[in-house]
Amino acid sequence: MSLVEVTDLTVEFGALRAVDELSFRLDRGAALALVGESGSGKSTVAGALLGLHRGTGARVGGSVLVAGTDVQGASDEELRRLRGAKAAMVFQDPLSSLDPYYAIGDQIAEVHRVHTRTSRRAARARAVEVLERVGIPDAARRSRSRPHEFSGGMRQRALIAMALACEPDLLIADEPTTALDVTVQAQILDLLHTLREETGMGLLLVTHDVGVAAESVDEVLVMRHGRAVEHGPVGSVLGAPTQAYTRQLLGAVPRVDAPRTVLPEGATESGDASGDASHDTPDGAEAEVVLEATGLRRTFGRGKRTVTAVDGVSLAVHRGETLGVVGESGSGKTTLGRMLVGLLEPTAGGIRYQGGPHTGVHPAVQMVFQDPVSSLNPRRSVGESIADPLRARGERDEARIRERVSELLERVGLEGAHYDRYPHEFSGGQRQRVGIARALAAGPRVIVCDEPVSALDVTTQAQVIALLGELQRELGIALVFIAHDLAVVRQVSDRVAVMRRGRIVEEGPADEVYRSPREPYTRQLLAAVPALDPEVAARRRAARRELAPA
Amino acid sequence: MSGFGGFVLRRAAGTVVTLLAISVLIYVVFYATPGNVAQITCGPRCSPEQVHQVALQLRLDDPLYLRYWHFLEGLLAGQDYSTGTSVEHCSAPCLGVSYQSGQQVLDIILTKLPVSLSLVLGAMVLWLVLGVGTGVLSAWRRGRLSERLLTVVTLAGWATPVFVLGLVLMIVVCGELQLLPFPEYVKFGDDPEQWAWNLLLPWLSLALIEAAAFARLTRAAMLETLAEDHIRTFRAYGVGERAIVARHALRGALAPVIALNANNVGSAVGGAVLTETLFGLPGIGQELVHAVKVVDLPVVVGMVLVVGFFVVIANAVADVLYAVADRRVVLA
Repeated sequence: MSLVEVTDLTVEFGALRAVDELSFRLDRGAALALVGESGSGKSTVAGALLGLHRGTGARVGGSVLVAGTDVQGASDEELRRLRGAKAAMVFQDPLSSLDPYYAIGDQIAEVHRVHTRTSRRAARARAVEVLERVGIPDAARRSRSRPHEFSGGMRQRALIAMALACEPDLLIADEPTTALDVTVQAQILDLLHTLREETGMGLLLVTHDVGVAAESVDEVLVMRHGRAVEHGPVGSVLGAPTQAYTRQLLGAVPRVDAPRTVLPEGATESGDASGDASHDTPDGAEAEVVLEATGLRRTFGRGKRTVTAVDGVSLAVHRGETLGVVGESGSGKTTLGRMLVGLLEPTAGGIRYQGGPHTGVHPAVQMVFQDPVSSLNPRRSVGESIADPLRARGERDEARIRERVSELLERVGLEGAHYDRYPHEFSGGQRQRVGIARALAAGPRVIVCDEPVSALDVTTQAQVIALLGELQRELGIALVFIAHDLAVVRQVSDRVAVMRRGRIVEEGPADEVYRSPREPYTRQLLAAVPALDPEVAARRRAARRELAPA
Repeated sequence: MSGFGGFVLRRAAGTVVTLLAISVLIYVVFYATPGNVAQITCGPRCSPEQVHQVALQLRLDDPLYLRYWHFLEGLLAGQDYSTGTSVEHCSAPCLGVSYQSGQQVLDIILTKLPVSLSLVLGAMVLWLVLGVGTGVLSAWRRGRLSERLLTVVTLAGWATPVFVLGLVLMIVVCGELQLLPFPEYVKFGDDPEQWAWNLLLPWLSLALIEAAAFARLTRAAMLETLAEDHIRTFRAYGVGERAIVARHALRGALAPVIALNANNVGSAVGGAVLTETLFGLPGIGQELVHAVKVVDLPVVVGMVLVVGFFVVIANAVADVLYAVADRRVVLA
């Protein structure tokens, strides 16, 4: 008998059919990834394996068998004994998934005691044991810490430790690395791999990231609109997809090892985008510097708690080029971006726009923000939001404003008639288009994009990136593209700056930096990016194991 | 934990500063107003000699900051009062002398304070048990009939004025059913059992009204916590619903309860006038109203200071409790 047998599973929330007659099996010791974009129903399936929809009003049809328990027919008590003991789940956001008020060791011990009739002391000892197992240094002491005292990666390790506490047969991991930096992601995926080898438990991995799946599983099930699109061994699904949607999905995934697809002004497919050539205008003269920062420094807090977010950064943005800024969380990228557009006052250093010093905001330097949901006022129509920069520049003629906004909406691929709609009526990708239209309204020469696509699905991501490239070619705007995703940055940038702890550690033409990185840190970052080819992924994992500091 | 100790010290220092600020404010409001301050302080029946005496006492010829300094000095170090015929020493903490009754304000307050504290602290225990209990129950039973009934009861409690609720309680419990004698204040030191029996109805009527607010607040906070991700984690690990509600959800819902409780306790010390009047309890609230009515300024000032003191202390205690409940507060 298989570890998991799902037959014709259907889950409905009101009128919405989130999962539609899905069937799959998972054997003991095997690993399956459910891959899909947001709204494809993959997380709903994961929840259904543990009967988490019971009592929420969702209608669940079909049958789900997990480790011999019929999840649909089980009593509340039987279900409780399944959860955590036979099948354990690791959630996406490790900070919010742990109780902030209790020590981590106590939380693991509590789960352990629910399923075993051990003493408090024995459960606490088990908690320390599993924390050690997932690589928390000094586990006995750290088990007394509360979640906020752990880093993101350590919290995810702690959640995995909680899952291991009762030695389950099945581990369900729902986007286990989405909230983590790429180097930490690699560590967590390696840990999951090792644990599976050692304990022989089955793994069901839910992810939107095809690369993460390629790194971790034997089989892939691609989902769309609650249905299975394609199902098979990871090598063949990712290597030779038979379905159009799978091909489309894979096509949209930015590759860190492929040359850029969004080409700059004047460059051709045959690729003359290498080296210094990209700084040059077609007539060969060096392109003018539009935005220049020298010795930018920014600190937060006072006294002993001073944190230096950006520490002596100098950079120049040339007309019409894209400067990519990559780095992990806390490297100072966002602070840098905010200083470039004048939203933050630098503690030291200065910014020059077209050769003249400038402080505060400048209409020619605009910003596109990360979260298209929270960066638009939900109580105002999108047209009004886009009109703000026009009004700020003194435009008073309502008819002209409306006309210009409609033009901008059409320019970013929406309709002029969308003027009076509100943000909630748009999808994530459309909202980001609105954000771009708002940035364009002021007639900028430079747009600083802070993680403009990180909240979007890969297919939407590809469309928004293509739009930015198009606008850049037509309007000759320079882009500063800030992102944590190395592959995305590679796809859009002429030049790349790698940030770490507030400093730029490496800067140069994108192809050069990606092909032959000089700095060990850049090499480490690149080595951590999940490969789309499972064989490459296995080789890289082996390499990481050797490189790993003991 | 040094971080925690540091937090308590910082909070204590903040409390001292707040108390000083309150004393400045009260001094300015009561003693730096236009009009004959000495006459008002002394009372309407004072002779011109007495008024002159009071003016000297208050050092009305000095500049304002020196007068305040004198006031503060008296408060913290004590001072002598001349009543015309003899000199009386008022030792620290000296809140002044009531020229109308000839009594020291501190003595007046000290006879009233135990009454108010008995009423408020007893009622607090009741309103916390009733309010938080009801809130937890209605969050847990959300959407069911029992929850709707609880909501109706708490809303009714909230909407009923204390003099109606208290009167009804008295008429039914003491009059019709004769379960209890009509309340009369008995000192705790004299007879603890009688003290409790006589305070039972005042506690109940004050607590029932306050409990409604706590029930609503607890319910809302519990529902918020129950929707959080970490609750889902423990459900997915087979932890029972009872343990989830009691251990994880309630803990997260405590912070707003602590904050509201501090405000209510602090202000009820001087503000439970209606309850005190209704049940004939000679507490601070009643005395304050009386002092305002006969314009006994030193008593009013003293009482306002004391009530302010309790509000500030209650909030400081709440902040420390808050930090005990959630250690992340210490970092902020």
